[in-house]
Amino acid sequence: MALTDYPLITWMVFLPLLGGFALMLIQDSDEAGGQRVRAAALIFSLITFLISAAIYYGFQADFAGMQFVERGQWIPRFGISYHVGLDGISLPLILLTTFLTPLTILFSWRDIKSRVRFYHMALLFLETGMLGVFVSLDFFLFYVFWEGMLIPMYLIIGVWGGTRRIYAAVKFFLYTMAGSVLMLVAILWLHFEAGTGTFDILVHLSRPIDPALQGWLFAAFALSFAIKVPLFPFHTWLPDAHVEAPTAGSVILAGVLLKMGTYGLMRLAMPLFPTAAREFATIIMVLAVIGIIYGALVAMVQQDIKKLVAYSSVSHLGFVVLGLFSFTLLGATGGVLQMVNHGISTGALFLIVGMIYSRRHTRQIEDFGGIARAMPVFSIFFVITALGSIGLPGLNGFVGEFTILAGTFSRSIPFGVAATSGVVLAAIYMLWMLQRVLFNGEPSRVNSRLPDLNFREWVVLVPLVVLMFWLGLYPKPILGKIEPSAQAWLRQVNRRVLRVESPRKAPLPQAVLSSSLKGLRP
Amino acid sequence: MMNLIALILFLPLAGLFVNLLFGWKLGEKFAGWVASAAISGAFLAAMGGFVRLIGLPPEARLLRLVLFEWIPIGGFQVNAGFMLDPLSSVMTLVITGVGALIHFYSMGYMHGDRGVVRYFIYLNLFVFFMLTLVLGDNFLVLFVGWEGVGLCSYLLIGFWFGRESACEAGKKAFVFNRVGDFCFLIGLFLIIGVFGTLDFAEVLGRAPTTLVAGSGIATAICLLLFAGATGKSAQIPLYVWLPDAMEGPTPVSALIHAATMVTAGVYMVARAYVLFELSPVAMNVVAIVGAVTLLVAASIALVQTDIKRVLAYSTVSQLGYMVLALGVGAYSAAIFHLMTHAFFKALLFMGAGSVIHSLDGEQEMNKMGGLNAALPVTSMTCTIAALAIAGVFPLAGFFSKDAILYSAMTSEHGGVLFWLAGAAGALMTAIYIFRLIFKTFHGKCNLTMETQARLHESPRVMTLPLQALAGLSIAGGWVGIPLIPGADIFGGFLAPSLGGLAEGHHEALFEVIMMAISLAIALLGIYIAYKLFVRNVGGGAAYAERWPRLYRLVLNKYYVDEAYDYMIIQPVKRISTRLWKDFDDGFVDSSVGGVGGFVRLIGAAARQLQTGYVKSYAITMLVGALAVILYLTSGMK
Repeated sequence: MALTDYPLITWMVFLPLLGGFALMLIQDSDEAGGQRVRAAALIFSLITFLISAAIYYGFQADFAGMQFVERGQWIPRFGISYHVGLDGISLPLILLTTFLTPLTILFSWRDIKSRVRFYHMALLFLETGMLGVFVSLDFFLFYVFWEGMLIPMYLIIGVWGGTRRIYAAVKFFLYTMAGSVLMLVAILWLHFEAGTGTFDILVHLSRPIDPALQGWLFAAFALSFAIKVPLFPFHTWLPDAHVEAPTAGSVILAGVLLKMGTYGLMRLAMPLFPTAAREFATIIMVLAVIGIIYGALVAMVQQDIKKLVAYSSVSHLGFVVLGLFSFTLLGATGGVLQMVNHGISTGALFLIVGMIYSRRHTRQIEDFGGIARAMPVFSIFFVITALGSIGLPGLNGFVGEFTILAGTFSRSIPFGVAATSGVVLAAIYMLWMLQRVLFNGEPSRVNSRLPDLNFREWVVLVPLVVLMFWLGLYPKPILGKIEPSAQAWLRQVNRRVLRVESPRKAPLPQAVLSSSLKGLRP
Repeated sequence: MMNLIALILFLPLAGLFVNLLFGWKLGEKFAGWVASAAISGAFLAAMGGFVRLIGLPPEARLLRLVLFEWIPIGGFQVNAGFMLDPLSSVMTLVITGVGALIHFYSMGYMHGDRGVVRYFIYLNLFVFFMLTLVLGDNFLVLFVGWEGVGLCSYLLIGFWFGRESACEAGKKAFVFNRVGDFCFLIGLFLIIGVFGTLDFAEVLGRAPTTLVAGSGIATAICLLLFAGATGKSAQIPLYVWLPDAMEGPTPVSALIHAATMVTAGVYMVARAYVLFELSPVAMNVVAIVGAVTLLVAASIALVQTDIKRVLAYSTVSQLGYMVLALGVGAYSAAIFHLMTHAFFKALLFMGAGSVIHSLDGEQEMNKMGGLNAALPVTSMTCTIAALAIAGVFPLAGFFSKDAILYSAMTSEHGGVLFWLAGAAGALMTAIYIFRLIFKTFHGKCNLTMETQARLHESPRVMTLPLQALAGLSIAGGWVGIPLIPGADIFGGFLAPSLGGLAEGHHEALFEVIMMAISLAIALLGIYIAYKLFVRNVGGGAAYAERWPRLYRLVLNKYYVDEAYDYMIIQPVKRISTRLWKDFDDGFVDSSVGGVGGFVRLIGAAARQLQTGYVKSYAITMLVGALAVILYLTSGMK
């Protein structure tokens, strides 16, 4: 039996959910119970990672369509089905999710002391939600995961966050909800008005939509995703959420949740409404470039390390959006790769910030200085991660940034030039921060006594750094998996749609469905 | 047979890993020997590569190594590919040869420093990246090395991070380099746009047919690439980081900020000379930038009193000569000067290091003097280097500088003004370098008695490299003797990489006159220095008093740093803070959410939840969501 014959996606997506419920059976009232909860959560997340690794192993790089597809009736009355699958665009993001989750659990080992069980349940539920979004091929399913994911994230910020956690959590929730509502309306329109009677995403992707109607539909989807990315000027929820969230929350938020926005643009908004996407491209590229420069400038003057990293995300995600809207192969492939790169580098940066915060209980840059003396190993990790983040060649960030920029240049030189200035600014804000935290004189008395990394922290950081080098030096395997899907995506978003007569007279969904399904299996 | 390119490249990396794994435990001596042995091994491999190349017929002198496909996307492909041709062969020999000597020297200089293992790890990493830079067979691998050496420079300038000024200087170096890289990257993107590849062989091979000579795009590409070079090779307007880089340990200044890294820009332009030949405008800009830089920097070097800063400005000025040579199309002369400069400038820095070492860190020349007796080897070797840089026959600098001046006058891209700039620079060079020699090693000793009592010549591990470099500073120029047929071995060897020798218009008499003039200039400069700083001590000060404004202007380096700070750095900081405080936290936050209403809503909602019912609220939500799903599912029959 081939690997692809198992319902691996279902196992992978729902194992964390199952694990979360299983945690309810463990008492966490005493310390030993807490340890058992942590260990159990770690095991569930690791098995999930192994399943995703099996999927990676069984993934056929030369095939552009959906793989590991599972499909079953769910609510036929509304045309809702359980339809999941993945391609070269979602696969890297899935791996990123299953990879980061165990690391965050491991990091939280001593960080989280209150309501341990509840916390780990939230993390595991969150994982199911995120994975669900990446594999859903049905709008209804997608929306359930998309909204469901908000709740555990909201709780993680609101319960285990910093002093202004409630404000940040509510702000996060309202912003994203506001966006999702618009998307919901658009989805419902597609379902009822477009005359398909189905929520199946692949069916909708295969049906041209009248260019005259694409504009507002695209706007509704894109706005929802732009808030998530976040694209300038919808980014102001981000610094608050990041700063108040516990470290694990920030890692997941930056590492995966932000990619929901770029993924949504890529999977839904752009290919569903290609004509509108091309029309809006210039505006969105302008916002992306503003985000790149603006995020970097504001990051530069931050006094809180975590806030600096948060603003750097605004800048980095601007690159991803720019790549997608360049409508080029280099831009799209680089965009997907950069989503992963950002998850790794920024995830690692938040972990690192968490490590000094747990030692020193401050994140103000001015409280540090010279800690390279006390924590040499930590400093090495910090420097490598920061360099990966600012795109030093040989580390992960460079390949993505370079290909995105190359793609952007082939479409528009002014956008390319403006975005390239981000590399100078990134060097400034990151190195200046490193200088003031790690170097700049001898450490103060408190700082000179900080202990260096412990074994658990080593275990958390080493895999991330290995990935930074791997993706920087030999990205070929992953690029090879992204590229065919990016090619197919590009054909989809570049297709020209003439006016569609009447949407209701479009071919019957079932016929389209069966024909589209034929192409699914290799 | 082992692949020589791989050997050259990976020996330094091997040294780095050994030290990373064992150096911390086994201590300074072990680390020093491992690092030095690794670079010496790389030097032997580079020699092997050189021998292999001359064994081949001139047009076939090219060894290749492709490790793997690095970035393959669709039709665009970049390989981790390397090549050894005459140009990169010369570069690898200089880098590993001078590099090995500096590694040995460092064992003495850094003795007892608590970060010495870290130091050698950085140093090996630097050599690895520098070799990557010169061996890469495409622009992107070159760029890997380019950024990598920048990183090592950052780390090594800020090596003594206990000093805030050192950290500041490291960051400044990296940021100014990145400004250059910004342009360089844009240049690369234009190349991709035109050629669809970054491979040297393809781009340079197709350039004459693909690009129209004198076209705007050719000029744009060249100027952008050159802007990258002005960052790395410290030319106007991006040179200001180099003098500050002297905060690093002195052997670092010798290796990175004199002999190797700063010449990367010169190497890159020489490598891409085919492109530059297509744009007369760009050539002219290159020559002008070189000429102006060499004059400005030399004039500043005349008045500095910190021994390392004099040498730093001297380096900027000498790099200006190389860039001038590139601009007038004398690529081989530029590389020739690059090599001889690596010898004598590394020697000068290491000599200065020897002085600083024996004076417990003193760098102020006004507090030195008369060290000749106590430091005979240092003094002797430094004087040789000074004669070489001043351009005295028959030392190395004479031949390379003469080659540049000759081309500046006679080349089709040259002109009398370029020659005049070079000649004026040569005069200043002779003056400032002998000012340094006289103030340091001769005259009255200005040290305190107790320092004088502790004066000592540096250990053998430091003086031997000085002597070796002194030998090279004397004889290094003899491979490029003009006039005599076949005596310009250097130019002949480089010809396959740099498009042949610009033979033909070498008129013997004219050439001899030119040589005599440049020798006369050098001797005049030395005489002036002698008169101002030995015969009539305080002669220099008298001139400073006569023109106080001019003196202060030059002493303060024409206030360029201050101008950058006032015009760029401070405004950017102010604007960024405004964006954050007023725009981000104020305007966007409130207007995106509907002029503050949204914020109030959040506040109100948050207050409701402050009371600790978060958990129950969450459960309510979960239940609600489940209820909706159940309702919809109920239709499932």
